[in-house]
Amino acid sequence: MLDDTDRRLLRQLQSDPAATVQALAARAGVGVAMATRRFERLRQAGILKGQRGVIDWTALGYAVRVSLRFTLDKAHRDAFDMFLAAARQVPEVVEIQTFLGRVDVRLAVIARDMPHYQDIYRKRILALPHIADIESLMHVATIKTDERLPI
Amino acid sequence: MSAPLLPDETDLAILRALQADATRSTPALGRELGLSQPAVWRRIRRLDEAGILAGRKLDLDLEALGFGVTVFLGVKLGARGRVSLDDFERAITAIPEVQTVEHVLGLYDYRLRVVARDLADFERVLRRRVLTLPGVGNVEANVLLSEERLAGPL
Repeated sequence: MLDDTDRRLLRQLQSDPAATVQALAARAGVGVAMATRRFERLRQAGILKGQRGVIDWTALGYAVRVSLRFTLDKAHRDAFDMFLAAARQVPEVVEIQTFLGRVDVRLAVIARDMPHYQDIYRKRILALPHIADIESLMHVATIKTDERLPI
Repeated sequence: MSAPLLPDETDLAILRALQADATRSTPALGRELGLSQPAVWRRIRRLDEAGILAGRKLDLDLEALGFGVTVFLGVKLGARGRVSLDDFERAITAIPEVQTVEHVLGLYDYRLRVVARDLADFERVLRRRVLTLPGVGNVEANVLLSEERLAGPL
């Protein structure tokens, strides 16, 4: 189980993942040796799984971002698996999420501009198997994105 | 604004590597890509300055940390009266359980990612914090079952 020290260290790491252990330990008010031990333990317990570099696709020239929400034709036993396997093959799909709710699957799709998006949508998305219905939400702006957990 | 940076193949390889593991050291990346450490460092700094490399995110086991459910909420603001988007955005971003807020066009106006201890805790956040905000109309909730982040067109 996590104690207060773990939580303080994780909070500091969340707000500055690139910081050194020394800096994180100082901010959390614990010794460096203790911080090193705790981070190692969190890693070994699989709680701290790693760090991903975040790519800003807009800065790379992908101005369009769309959330495509699918309901699948569940009459097919392997509709989910087939759909997901095919979606993974589309390079412009950057996120795949599955849900319990009105929506079965959501894909986040990026494109350079609207004609490019249109092309991906027609040639790649509509070709995905077992789609019963599609809804799209066009991304306008990100208001909050830190995904920081209230640990 | 500075001129947009057009990344070459080497830049893309660096982005791919850091996207998968942001803790990779510059010497390790250099060895893998056949570059000197200063060359890797210069490229990373350039990608950073161009805003292409936009920080790091921790990959945490949410369940082990006590966050058993993640729910995506689609929120439609009420059409009646004049709803201030700024007021709504200020209020919604102040809720700690709300991790991301996206303004979208379509069936909903906002898309929210919400974490909670369990479904009962989620209901509390929804009823006490989200549904009480001014202007909130139709709300749709979908409970996250699985999530994959893909490398994208790099």
